[in-house]
Amino acid sequence: MSSRQAPLPSIIVDNVAVIRGNRLVLRGLTVTARSGDIIWVRGANGCGKSTLLRLIAGLLYATAGSIKAEGRIALADENVALDANLTVEKALMFWADMDGASADARGAALADMDLQALAQVPVRFLSTGQRKRASIARVLASKADIWLLDEPYNGLDSASCARLDQAITAHAATGGIVLVAAHQPPSINVAHSLILDRPEADA
Amino acid sequence: MKAFAALVAREVRLAWTGGGLWLPVIFYLAVATLFPFVTGPDKALLARTGGGILWIAALLATLLPIERLILPDRQAGILDQLALRGWSDELVATAKIIGQIFAFALPLLLATVVGSALIGLPEAQLGTLLLGLALALPALSGLSVTIAALTAGLSGASALGGLLLVPITIPLLIFGAGTLSENPGNAMQLLAATALAITALSPFAAGAALRAGRT
Repeated sequence: MSSRQAPLPSIIVDNVAVIRGNRLVLRGLTVTARSGDIIWVRGANGCGKSTLLRLIAGLLYATAGSIKAEGRIALADENVALDANLTVEKALMFWADMDGASADARGAALADMDLQALAQVPVRFLSTGQRKRASIARVLASKADIWLLDEPYNGLDSASCARLDQAITAHAATGGIVLVAAHQPPSINVAHSLILDRPEADA
Repeated sequence: MKAFAALVAREVRLAWTGGGLWLPVIFYLAVATLFPFVTGPDKALLARTGGGILWIAALLATLLPIERLILPDRQAGILDQLALRGWSDELVATAKIIGQIFAFALPLLLATVVGSALIGLPEAQLGTLLLGLALALPALSGLSVTIAALTAGLSGASALGGLLLVPITIPLLIFGAGTLSENPGNAMQLLAATALAITALSPFAAGAALRAGRT
Protein backbone atom coordinates (compact mmCIF):
# COMPACT_ATOMS: atom_id res chain seq x y z
CA MET A 1 0.00 0.00 0.00
CA SER A 2 3.00 2.33 -0.38
CA SER A 3 2.96 5.24 -2.78
CA ARG A 4 4.78 5.45 -6.10
CA GLN A 5 7.39 7.76 -4.63
CA ALA A 6 8.33 5.17 -2.02
CA PRO A 7 12.01 4.76 -1.23
CA LEU A 8 13.93 1.85 -2.71
CA PRO A 9 12.64 -1.49 -1.55
CA SER A 10 14.45 -3.08 1.34
CA ILE A 11 13.99 -5.84 3.87
CA ILE A 12 15.56 -5.79 7.30
CA VAL A 13 15.05 -8.86 9.42
CA ASP A 14 16.79 -8.25 12.70
CA ASN A 15 17.60 -11.01 15.17
CA VAL A 16 14.26 -12.72 14.72
CA ALA A 17 12.97 -15.74 16.60
CA VAL A 18 9.75 -17.53 15.84
CA ILE A 19 7.93 -20.11 17.91
CA ARG A 20 5.21 -22.06 16.12
CA GLY A 21 3.23 -24.71 17.90
CA ASN A 22 5.64 -24.83 20.87
CA ARG A 23 8.57 -25.35 18.54
CA LEU A 24 11.38 -22.90 17.94
CA VAL A 25 11.43 -22.55 14.16
CA LEU A 26 13.78 -19.63 13.69
CA ARG A 27 16.31 -18.19 16.10
CA GLY A 28 18.65 -15.21 15.91
CA LEU A 29 18.01 -14.76 12.22
CA THR A 30 19.26 -11.58 10.61
CA VAL A 31 18.77 -10.90 6.92
CA THR A 32 19.19 -7.66 5.07
CA ALA A 33 18.14 -7.17 1.47
CA ARG A 34 18.51 -4.06 -0.60
CA SER A 35 17.21 -3.07 -3.99
CA GLY A 36 18.57 -5.46 -6.61
CA ASP A 37 19.29 -8.35 -4.24
CA ILE A 38 18.40 -11.93 -4.93
CA ILE A 39 18.38 -13.92 -1.73
CA TRP A 40 18.39 -17.64 -2.04
CA VAL A 41 17.14 -19.18 1.17
CA ARG A 42 18.29 -22.76 1.40
CA GLY A 43 18.02 -25.42 4.04
CA ALA A 44 16.60 -28.77 4.96
CA ASN A 45 12.86 -29.40 5.13
CA GLY A 46 11.31 -27.71 8.12
CA CYS A 47 14.19 -25.35 8.78
CA GLY A 48 11.87 -22.35 8.55
CA LYS A 49 12.20 -21.17 4.94
CA SER A 50 8.46 -20.76 4.44
CA THR A 51 8.15 -19.28 7.92
CA LEU A 52 10.71 -16.62 6.99
CA LEU A 53 8.78 -15.72 3.83
CA ARG A 54 5.47 -15.54 5.70
CA LEU A 55 7.13 -13.37 8.37
CA ILE A 56 8.34 -10.89 5.79
CA ALA A 57 4.92 -10.94 4.13
CA GLY A 58 3.40 -9.96 7.48
CA LEU A 59 1.28 -13.11 7.70
CA LEU A 60 3.07 -14.29 10.84
CA TYR A 61 4.39 -12.43 13.81
CA ALA A 62 7.88 -12.84 15.19
CA THR A 63 8.16 -13.96 18.78
CA ALA A 64 11.24 -11.77 19.16
CA GLY A 65 13.17 -9.38 16.96
CA SER A 66 11.93 -7.02 14.30
CA ILE A 67 11.07 -7.14 10.62
CA LYS A 68 10.89 -4.14 8.34
CA ALA A 69 9.93 -4.44 4.71
CA GLU A 70 9.82 -1.36 2.50
CA GLY A 71 7.95 -1.72 -0.75
CA ARG A 72 5.05 -3.73 -2.06
CA ILE A 73 5.26 -7.45 -1.55
CA ALA A 74 4.04 -10.33 -3.70
CA LEU A 75 4.04 -13.90 -2.45
CA ALA A 76 3.86 -17.19 -4.32
CA ASP A 77 3.76 -20.13 -1.95
CA GLU A 78 2.31 -23.61 -2.29
CA ASN A 79 -1.20 -22.14 -2.65
CA VAL A 80 -1.95 -20.95 -6.14
CA ALA A 81 -4.52 -18.38 -4.83
CA LEU A 82 -6.40 -18.32 -8.13
CA ASP A 83 -10.11 -19.14 -8.39
CA ALA A 84 -10.35 -22.69 -9.67
CA ASN A 85 -13.44 -22.11 -11.78
CA LEU A 86 -12.11 -19.08 -13.62
CA THR A 87 -9.87 -19.16 -16.66
CA VAL A 88 -6.21 -18.42 -16.00
CA GLU A 89 -6.60 -14.98 -17.56
CA LYS A 90 -9.69 -14.04 -15.54
CA ALA A 91 -8.22 -15.39 -12.31
CA LEU A 92 -5.06 -13.35 -12.83
CA MET A 93 -7.17 -10.34 -13.72
CA PHE A 94 -8.84 -10.44 -10.29
CA TRP A 95 -5.53 -9.84 -8.53
CA ALA A 96 -4.12 -7.56 -11.23
CA ASP A 97 -7.18 -5.30 -10.85
CA MET A 98 -6.73 -5.34 -7.11
CA ASP A 99 -3.08 -4.36 -7.53
CA GLY A 100 -3.95 -1.73 -10.10
CA ALA A 101 -1.75 -3.48 -12.67
CA SER A 102 -2.31 -2.71 -16.33
CA ALA A 103 -3.57 -5.16 -18.95
CA ASP A 104 -0.12 -4.96 -20.55
CA ALA A 105 1.54 -6.10 -17.34
CA ARG A 106 -0.85 -9.01 -17.15
CA GLY A 107 -0.24 -9.97 -20.77
CA ALA A 108 3.51 -9.72 -20.26
CA ALA A 109 3.28 -11.93 -17.18
CA LEU A 110 1.35 -14.55 -19.12
CA ALA A 111 3.92 -14.40 -21.91
CA ASP A 112 6.87 -14.57 -19.49
CA MET A 113 5.52 -17.78 -18.00
CA ASP A 114 4.49 -19.13 -21.43
CA LEU A 115 0.83 -19.27 -20.41
CA GLN A 116 -0.81 -17.65 -23.45
CA ALA A 117 -1.96 -21.00 -24.79
CA LEU A 118 -3.53 -21.76 -21.40
CA ALA A 119 -5.05 -18.31 -20.84
CA GLN A 120 -8.59 -19.51 -21.54
CA VAL A 121 -8.29 -22.79 -19.62
CA PRO A 122 -9.98 -22.94 -16.19
CA VAL A 123 -7.44 -23.04 -13.37
CA ARG A 124 -8.78 -26.35 -12.05
CA PHE A 125 -7.62 -28.15 -15.22
CA LEU A 126 -3.98 -27.06 -14.89
CA SER A 127 -1.24 -29.54 -14.06
CA THR A 128 1.06 -29.05 -11.06
CA GLY A 129 3.71 -27.27 -13.06
CA GLN A 130 1.18 -25.15 -14.92
CA ARG A 131 -0.41 -24.08 -11.63
CA LYS A 132 3.00 -23.09 -10.34
CA ARG A 133 3.60 -21.05 -13.48
CA ALA A 134 0.20 -19.37 -13.06
CA SER A 135 0.98 -18.43 -9.47
CA ILE A 136 4.36 -17.03 -10.55
CA ALA A 137 2.57 -15.08 -13.31
CA ARG A 138 0.36 -13.61 -10.56
CA VAL A 139 3.51 -12.33 -8.83
CA LEU A 140 4.94 -11.00 -12.10
CA ALA A 141 1.71 -9.15 -12.96
CA SER A 142 1.49 -7.57 -9.50
CA LYS A 143 4.44 -5.23 -10.24
CA ALA A 144 5.41 -5.58 -6.59
CA ASP A 145 8.88 -4.52 -5.47
CA ILE A 146 9.55 -7.56 -3.35
CA TRP A 147 8.93 -11.07 -4.59
CA LEU A 148 8.70 -13.88 -2.07
CA LEU A 149 8.86 -17.19 -3.90
CA ASP A 150 8.45 -20.38 -1.90
CA GLU A 151 9.83 -23.39 -3.76
CA PRO A 152 9.06 -21.80 -7.12
CA TYR A 153 10.98 -24.43 -9.06
CA ASN A 154 8.92 -27.34 -7.77
CA GLY A 155 7.09 -29.07 -10.59
CA LEU A 156 8.54 -26.86 -13.31
CA ASP A 157 10.08 -28.36 -16.45
CA SER A 158 13.53 -27.18 -17.50
CA ALA A 159 12.20 -24.66 -20.01
CA SER A 160 9.98 -23.10 -17.35
CA CYS A 161 12.87 -23.08 -14.85
CA ALA A 162 14.88 -21.09 -17.38
CA ARG A 163 11.98 -18.65 -17.83
CA LEU A 164 11.71 -18.22 -14.06
CA ASP A 165 15.48 -17.68 -13.78
CA GLN A 166 15.19 -14.99 -16.41
CA ALA A 167 12.21 -13.31 -14.70
CA ILE A 168 13.99 -13.28 -11.32
CA THR A 169 17.20 -11.88 -12.80
CA ALA A 170 15.27 -9.22 -14.73
CA HIS A 171 13.32 -8.18 -11.62
CA ALA A 172 16.51 -7.81 -9.59
CA ALA A 173 18.15 -5.88 -12.44
CA THR A 174 15.34 -3.32 -12.33
CA GLY A 175 15.84 -2.76 -8.61
CA GLY A 176 13.48 -5.30 -7.14
CA ILE A 177 14.17 -7.79 -4.39
CA VAL A 178 13.61 -11.51 -4.79
CA LEU A 179 13.63 -14.01 -1.97
CA VAL A 180 13.66 -17.57 -3.21
CA ALA A 181 13.16 -20.41 -0.76
CA ALA A 182 14.39 -23.60 -2.35
CA HIS A 183 16.07 -26.80 -1.33
CA GLN A 184 18.26 -26.98 -4.41
CA PRO A 185 21.37 -24.87 -5.12
CA PRO A 186 20.81 -21.62 -6.98
CA SER A 187 20.52 -21.96 -10.74
CA ILE A 188 21.11 -18.28 -11.42
CA ASN A 189 23.85 -15.77 -10.90
CA VAL A 190 23.59 -15.02 -7.22
CA ALA A 191 26.44 -12.56 -7.00
CA HIS A 192 24.21 -10.21 -5.01
CA SER A 193 22.83 -12.88 -2.83
CA LEU A 194 23.24 -14.39 0.53
CA ILE A 195 22.81 -18.09 1.03
CA LEU A 196 21.23 -19.07 4.29
CA ASP A 197 21.70 -22.59 5.42
CA ARG A 198 20.24 -23.34 8.79
CA PRO A 199 19.77 -27.04 9.09
CA GLU A 200 20.31 -26.94 12.86
CA ALA A 201 17.57 -24.40 13.55
CA ASP A 202 15.37 -26.78 15.51
CA ALA A 203 17.69 -26.79 18.50
CA MET B 1 -13.44 0.90 -2.86
CA LYS B 2 -13.21 -0.68 -6.31
CA ALA B 3 -11.26 -3.55 -4.86
CA PHE B 4 -13.88 -3.97 -2.14
CA ALA B 5 -16.64 -4.11 -4.76
CA ALA B 6 -14.57 -6.66 -6.69
CA LEU B 7 -14.36 -8.85 -3.60
CA VAL B 8 -18.11 -8.61 -2.98
CA ALA B 9 -18.75 -9.42 -6.65
CA ARG B 10 -16.44 -12.42 -6.32
CA GLU B 11 -18.50 -13.71 -3.38
CA VAL B 12 -21.70 -13.45 -5.40
CA ARG B 13 -20.06 -15.11 -8.41
CA LEU B 14 -18.75 -17.98 -6.28
CA ALA B 15 -22.21 -18.50 -4.79
CA TRP B 16 -23.76 -18.41 -8.24
CA THR B 17 -21.33 -20.87 -9.84
CA GLY B 18 -20.73 -23.05 -6.80
CA GLY B 19 -24.41 -23.87 -6.21
CA GLY B 20 -24.34 -21.95 -2.94
CA LEU B 21 -27.05 -19.65 -4.19
CA TRP B 22 -29.68 -22.25 -5.05
CA LEU B 23 -29.15 -24.69 -2.23
CA PRO B 24 -30.62 -22.52 0.58
CA VAL B 25 -33.48 -21.40 -1.70
CA ILE B 26 -34.36 -24.98 -2.63
CA PHE B 27 -34.15 -26.06 1.00
CA TYR B 28 -36.35 -23.16 2.06
CA LEU B 29 -38.98 -23.89 -0.55
CA ALA B 30 -38.81 -27.62 0.18
CA VAL B 31 -39.78 -26.92 3.79
CA ALA B 32 -42.63 -24.72 2.62
CA THR B 33 -43.78 -27.48 0.28
CA LEU B 34 -43.56 -30.28 2.83
CA PHE B 35 -45.12 -28.49 5.78
CA PRO B 36 -48.75 -28.64 4.51
CA PHE B 37 -48.33 -32.40 4.02
CA VAL B 38 -47.65 -32.75 7.72
CA THR B 39 -50.45 -30.54 9.03
CA GLY B 40 -53.04 -31.41 6.47
CA PRO B 41 -54.95 -28.86 4.38
CA ASP B 42 -56.32 -27.01 7.40
CA LYS B 43 -56.21 -23.42 6.15
CA ALA B 44 -56.58 -21.79 9.54
CA LEU B 45 -53.78 -23.90 11.05
CA LEU B 46 -51.44 -23.21 8.12
CA ALA B 47 -52.12 -19.51 8.34
CA ARG B 48 -51.36 -19.54 12.06
CA THR B 49 -48.17 -21.65 11.97
CA GLY B 50 -46.85 -21.17 8.42
CA GLY B 51 -44.99 -17.94 9.11
CA GLY B 52 -43.13 -19.51 12.03
CA ILE B 53 -42.11 -22.48 9.90
CA LEU B 54 -40.66 -20.15 7.27
CA TRP B 55 -38.69 -18.42 10.03
CA ILE B 56 -37.22 -21.73 11.17
CA ALA B 57 -36.47 -22.71 7.57
CA ALA B 58 -34.66 -19.41 7.00
CA LEU B 59 -32.53 -19.91 10.13
CA LEU B 60 -31.57 -23.44 9.16
CA ALA B 61 -30.90 -22.44 5.54
CA THR B 62 -28.21 -20.14 6.96
CA LEU B 63 -26.13 -23.20 7.75
CA LEU B 64 -26.04 -24.51 4.19
CA PRO B 65 -23.43 -22.19 2.65
CA ILE B 66 -21.12 -22.27 5.69
CA GLU B 67 -18.60 -24.81 4.42
CA ARG B 68 -17.82 -22.95 1.24
CA LEU B 69 -17.57 -19.47 2.72
CA ILE B 70 -14.13 -19.40 4.33
CA LEU B 71 -12.37 -22.75 4.13
CA PRO B 72 -11.83 -22.89 0.33
CA ASP B 73 -10.41 -19.36 0.37
CA ARG B 74 -8.07 -20.19 3.21
CA GLN B 75 -6.86 -23.38 1.55
CA ALA B 76 -6.36 -21.65 -1.80
CA GLY B 77 -4.30 -18.89 -0.18
CA ILE B 78 -6.80 -16.18 -1.19
CA LEU B 79 -7.06 -14.91 2.41
CA ASP B 80 -3.26 -14.74 2.67
CA GLN B 81 -3.06 -12.76 -0.54
CA LEU B 82 -5.65 -10.28 0.74
CA ALA B 83 -3.84 -9.89 4.06
CA LEU B 84 -0.60 -9.37 2.16
CA ARG B 85 -2.20 -6.49 0.27
CA GLY B 86 -3.01 -4.76 3.54
CA TRP B 87 -6.64 -5.81 3.85
CA SER B 88 -7.77 -6.00 7.44
CA ASP B 89 -9.54 -9.22 8.35
CA GLU B 90 -12.59 -7.20 9.37
CA LEU B 91 -12.79 -5.68 5.90
CA VAL B 92 -12.52 -9.11 4.26
CA ALA B 93 -15.28 -10.34 6.58
CA THR B 94 -17.43 -7.32 5.75
CA ALA B 95 -17.05 -7.98 2.03
CA LYS B 96 -18.03 -11.59 2.57
CA ILE B 97 -21.07 -10.61 4.65
CA ILE B 98 -22.24 -8.13 2.02
CA GLY B 99 -21.67 -10.83 -0.60
CA GLN B 100 -23.87 -13.13 1.48
CA ILE B 101 -26.58 -10.50 1.68
CA PHE B 102 -26.69 -10.52 -2.12
CA ALA B 103 -26.17 -14.24 -2.60
CA PHE B 104 -28.23 -15.57 0.31
CA ALA B 105 -30.48 -12.97 1.94
CA LEU B 106 -32.00 -11.47 -1.21
CA PRO B 107 -32.77 -14.80 -2.94
CA LEU B 108 -34.34 -16.09 0.27
CA LEU B 109 -36.46 -12.97 0.57
CA LEU B 110 -37.69 -13.48 -2.98
CA ALA B 111 -38.33 -17.13 -2.25
CA THR B 112 -40.47 -16.09 0.71
CA VAL B 113 -43.07 -14.74 -1.69
CA VAL B 114 -43.24 -18.17 -3.33
CA GLY B 115 -42.99 -20.02 -0.02
CA SER B 116 -45.83 -18.12 1.61
CA ALA B 117 -48.02 -18.89 -1.40
CA LEU B 118 -47.16 -22.58 -1.07
CA ILE B 119 -48.17 -22.55 2.58
CA GLY B 120 -51.18 -20.38 1.90
CA LEU B 121 -50.25 -17.53 4.22
CA PRO B 122 -52.78 -14.70 4.36
CA GLU B 123 -51.64 -11.75 2.28
CA ALA B 124 -51.74 -9.43 5.24
CA GLN B 125 -49.09 -11.59 6.96
CA LEU B 126 -46.79 -11.71 3.94
CA GLY B 127 -45.84 -8.06 4.32
CA THR B 128 -44.95 -8.51 8.00
CA LEU B 129 -43.04 -11.70 7.26
CA LEU B 130 -41.04 -10.04 4.49
CA LEU B 131 -40.23 -7.04 6.67
CA GLY B 132 -39.17 -9.26 9.57
CA LEU B 133 -36.99 -11.47 7.38
CA ALA B 134 -35.50 -8.42 5.63
CA LEU B 135 -34.37 -7.23 9.07
CA ALA B 136 -33.08 -10.61 10.20
CA LEU B 137 -31.40 -11.92 7.06
CA PRO B 138 -28.42 -9.51 7.14
CA ALA B 139 -27.80 -10.71 10.71
CA LEU B 140 -28.03 -14.31 9.55
CA SER B 141 -25.58 -13.50 6.73
CA GLY B 142 -23.19 -12.07 9.29
CA LEU B 143 -23.59 -15.11 11.51
CA SER B 144 -22.96 -17.54 8.65
CA VAL B 145 -19.67 -15.82 7.78
CA THR B 146 -18.67 -15.66 11.46
CA ILE B 147 -19.45 -19.33 12.04
CA ALA B 148 -17.70 -20.28 8.81
CA ALA B 149 -14.59 -18.40 9.97
CA LEU B 150 -14.74 -20.00 13.42
CA THR B 151 -15.16 -23.56 12.16
CA ALA B 152 -12.99 -23.42 9.02
CA GLY B 153 -10.69 -26.42 8.99
CA LEU B 154 -12.29 -28.19 11.93
CA SER B 155 -13.66 -31.66 11.38
CA GLY B 156 -17.43 -31.79 11.65
CA ALA B 157 -17.59 -28.09 10.86
CA SER B 158 -21.21 -28.11 9.75
CA ALA B 159 -22.45 -29.96 12.84
CA LEU B 160 -20.51 -27.57 15.04
CA GLY B 161 -21.91 -24.70 12.98
CA GLY B 162 -25.42 -25.81 13.84
CA LEU B 163 -24.59 -25.90 17.53
CA LEU B 164 -23.14 -22.40 17.36
CA LEU B 165 -25.93 -20.92 15.28
CA VAL B 166 -28.96 -22.12 17.19
CA PRO B 167 -28.37 -20.36 20.54
CA ILE B 168 -27.36 -17.07 18.90
CA THR B 169 -30.42 -17.01 16.68
CA ILE B 170 -32.95 -17.72 19.44
CA PRO B 171 -33.61 -13.97 20.06
CA LEU B 172 -34.08 -13.42 16.33
CA LEU B 173 -36.50 -16.32 16.19
CA ILE B 174 -38.49 -15.21 19.25
CA PHE B 175 -38.89 -11.63 18.07
CA GLY B 176 -39.36 -12.76 14.48
CA ALA B 177 -42.19 -15.08 15.45
CA GLY B 178 -43.54 -12.31 17.66
CA THR B 179 -43.98 -10.05 14.65
CA LEU B 180 -46.46 -12.57 13.25
CA SER B 181 -48.87 -12.00 16.15
CA GLU B 182 -51.83 -9.64 16.12
CA ASN B 183 -49.81 -6.65 17.23
CA PRO B 184 -46.34 -6.84 15.60
CA GLY B 185 -45.09 -3.35 16.48
CA ASN B 186 -43.02 -4.02 19.62
CA ALA B 187 -41.64 -7.33 18.39
CA MET B 188 -40.57 -5.69 15.12
CA GLN B 189 -38.64 -3.03 17.03
CA LEU B 190 -36.92 -5.59 19.21
CA LEU B 191 -36.17 -7.71 16.14
CA ALA B 192 -34.66 -4.71 14.38
CA ALA B 193 -32.49 -3.90 17.40
CA THR B 194 -31.28 -7.47 17.85
CA ALA B 195 -30.63 -7.96 14.14
CA LEU B 196 -28.77 -4.67 13.91
CA ALA B 197 -26.57 -5.54 16.86
CA ILE B 198 -25.70 -8.95 15.41
CA THR B 199 -25.08 -7.52 11.93
CA ALA B 200 -22.86 -4.76 13.29
CA LEU B 201 -20.80 -7.06 15.50
CA SER B 202 -20.36 -9.91 13.05
CA PRO B 203 -17.58 -8.34 10.91
CA PHE B 204 -15.46 -7.96 14.05
CA ALA B 205 -16.16 -11.47 15.30
CA ALA B 206 -15.56 -12.97 11.87
CA GLY B 207 -12.43 -10.84 11.40
CA ALA B 208 -10.99 -12.01 14.71
CA ALA B 209 -11.73 -15.61 13.76
CA LEU B 210 -10.01 -15.14 10.41
CA ARG B 211 -6.95 -13.69 12.12
CA ALA B 212 -6.83 -16.48 14.69
CA GLY B 213 -7.05 -19.07 11.93
CA ARG B 214 -4.03 -17.80 10.03
CA THR B 215 -1.01 -20.04 10.50
